[in-house]
Amino acid sequence: METIWFCLVAVMIALYVLLDGFDIGVGAIYFLITHSIEERRQVLSSIGPVWDGNEVWLLAAGGTLYFAFPLLYASAFSGFYLPLMMVLWLLILRGSAIEFRNHIKSPVWIPFWDFVFSSSSLLLAIFFGAALGNVVRGVPLDASGYFFEPLWTNFRLSEQTGILDWFTILVGVEALFALMMHGALWVQLKTSGAVSQRAGQLAGRIWWGLLAMTVIVTALTLRIQPQVSANLRTWPWGYVLCLLAVAGLAGVPFELRRKNDRNAFLASCAYLLGMLTSVVFGVYPMVLPARQTLYSLTAHNAKSGAYGLKVGLVWWVIGMSLAAIYFVHLYRLFAGKVSRDADAHGHGN
Amino acid sequence: MGSALDIHRLHFAFTVTFHYLFPQLTMGLALLIVLLKTIALRTGDESYDRSARFWAKIFGINFTIGVVTGIPLEFQFGTNWAEFSKTAGGVIGQTLAMEGVFSFFLESSFLGLFLFGEKKLGRIGHWWATFFVFLGSWLSGYFIVATDAWMQHPGGYQIVPGGGIELTSFWALLLNEWALWQYAHTMLGAVQTGCFVMAAVGAFYLLTHRDIPYGRTFVRTGVMVGGIAALLQLMPTGDRQGKLIAQNQPVTLAAMEGLFDSQEGAPIAILGQPDVDNRKLDNPLVVPKMLSFLTYRRWNAEVRGLNAFPDDLKPDKIELLYYSYHVMVGLGTIFIAVMMVAAFLLWRKTLFEHRWMLWVLMLSVPLPYIANTAGWLTAELGRQPWLIYGLMRTAHGASPRVATGNVLFTLIGFMGMYTVLGMLWLFLMYREIELGPDPEHRRALHTPTRVSVY
Repeated sequence: METIWFCLVAVMIALYVLLDGFDIGVGAIYFLITHSIEERRQVLSSIGPVWDGNEVWLLAAGGTLYFAFPLLYASAFSGFYLPLMMVLWLLILRGSAIEFRNHIKSPVWIPFWDFVFSSSSLLLAIFFGAALGNVVRGVPLDASGYFFEPLWTNFRLSEQTGILDWFTILVGVEALFALMMHGALWVQLKTSGAVSQRAGQLAGRIWWGLLAMTVIVTALTLRIQPQVSANLRTWPWGYVLCLLAVAGLAGVPFELRRKNDRNAFLASCAYLLGMLTSVVFGVYPMVLPARQTLYSLTAHNAKSGAYGLKVGLVWWVIGMSLAAIYFVHLYRLFAGKVSRDADAHGHGN
Repeated sequence: MGSALDIHRLHFAFTVTFHYLFPQLTMGLALLIVLLKTIALRTGDESYDRSARFWAKIFGINFTIGVVTGIPLEFQFGTNWAEFSKTAGGVIGQTLAMEGVFSFFLESSFLGLFLFGEKKLGRIGHWWATFFVFLGSWLSGYFIVATDAWMQHPGGYQIVPGGGIELTSFWALLLNEWALWQYAHTMLGAVQTGCFVMAAVGAFYLLTHRDIPYGRTFVRTGVMVGGIAALLQLMPTGDRQGKLIAQNQPVTLAAMEGLFDSQEGAPIAILGQPDVDNRKLDNPLVVPKMLSFLTYRRWNAEVRGLNAFPDDLKPDKIELLYYSYHVMVGLGTIFIAVMMVAAFLLWRKTLFEHRWMLWVLMLSVPLPYIANTAGWLTAELGRQPWLIYGLMRTAHGASPRVATGNVLFTLIGFMGMYTVLGMLWLFLMYREIELGPDPEHRRALHTPTRVSVY
């Protein structure tokens, strides 16, 4: 049962990254692909109707994690206290920026919110990457099941690590590149004209950086977290997940050259999905590895009661089926390219 | 103030209190907007559609702030209340996750269509989008109240070796008697905020001689719905809520009422200041025997006072609890009076000539916010010293490894950020009300005075 929930939570987090990932990526490349207020409005309208729903995946995944693995929720969130609070502040700023930007057409109002939107998105991408890096590297858990990490200590992989060290910073940069490319491919798909073209070119350029970071971070991960190679030896089907990431990464420039915007975006989705599932597969059954392996939180020791997990499965399946219906409905209504004179929510005036 | 525990408590209290300023309006308005759109559909009266569009704009501003200030709350259970989450996450995580899965997906999917999709969807389609936003927001309220109700009156659980609390009955959690009454009481409070805001904006237009037909619609709708809500707030929901407290948290009842000595035929204190050290109520203005009657429906029933309970079972902030409760009840009584007088004048068709009444309605606008905040303070201070009533003390719930300095740091951060958000909210609300519901008027104000790319 806990393995089912482990997989469900992983899928929810992966979907969060795929969905909110593109609108965060759009924010990070916002000023790189737009040259005027109008172009910025065009780009914003490509995420306007969906960003809020995308972010709900974070809340739904958080809630699911909470009742399925309460110990993990308590330990990880109090241990990552400072960066998590900063992520929350960034989400507050970012949400306000997207929604309030178009309220007043003033040359001080709009550029201010544009700046807030872009900078908060960029920082979020790095923070999420660094968080993933922490999970891969392991945190200083002890016998109490708790830990506390400051933002940084000495940037080394020592006993008392901080959130940021040279490894997690590298993962943060990789995440930033991945989401920038993901966002650029989304803009290319959903807009037209100069903006779409610029986004496509940018995606092609970021791809090289992402390729380099993927190789470096993967090599380092295999050294730093021995569980990954052990799991691959035990369950060789795990290579399928790695292959998915590789195929996705290779697919992006291939589809870019073929000018198939949709497949290029889907390839980027495959890359993100492959990378995230590989990490999750690689640390299983740990849900939060410790620097001292003995104290790691696993799907078995962090899970909640059997009855709760069983009854949760019933309503979860019902609720998520409904959510899937809304999402298909929403994205179908919003299908196609946003028109250039649409308002920020992609609806023509 | 100064220990980590106190700052953790203030951290949650501050962020949740600020957050709830926004959902109480959006939940109340959601109902009123559905009502306006239903009238528009049935009568074909275009002005109701325009009214609904105006309130949808107000809704949008408040919804955004509600969403961004709501996200931190779920995560704070883990960051600041790790021991509580570890112990009870398997139970309260259920309702919190259900909120995300059942209501936030629904709300967020239909919000864009509700705010911007009227042309695309047509009248019927847009009514449904509005309805789903309403449904999502009211469902969300239920899951939150059910979570709080379990902490007030836990049921359907077992304690496992090691101290963890596990769920044993899903329906006991979801259909907790406490949750049902608390939900009704909370939602009526939200409806009153929506009604007072709508009536106040209407009164403002009438008093400033602009948008007269809209002003009248807003005042009429606010007073009629608000009057019903104000009455139901007292009877049966407030009354039943009080009985549940009397049965399950008798020490809380004593603290709320400022009753120190147990007595038969206990009086109810209307005014007075509790002096906890000397165990008495200063300057009391009381109605004899009323507390006994209201609690047990018998004039001479015995009500236990604070002195009958050991210190470690008493709420730790008795004075604040007493004032919160009295402010809530006092304002609730004033709401009934205001709404009944306004409804009477409306029935006599003279409300719009009685300008003093319009002044009263306009100036009442902060009061429901204060009453709702005081109500939540009463519920949560009354639960003390327990985090989960009778099962886990608040002192044992906080995160063990988070240093005081870090909690204070993020508390100051939230205070700064929310001050800015609050100013932004006032500014945007003022601007929207100034632009008004009339599309002609809005267009005139929007006409650019000079050519610009913006």
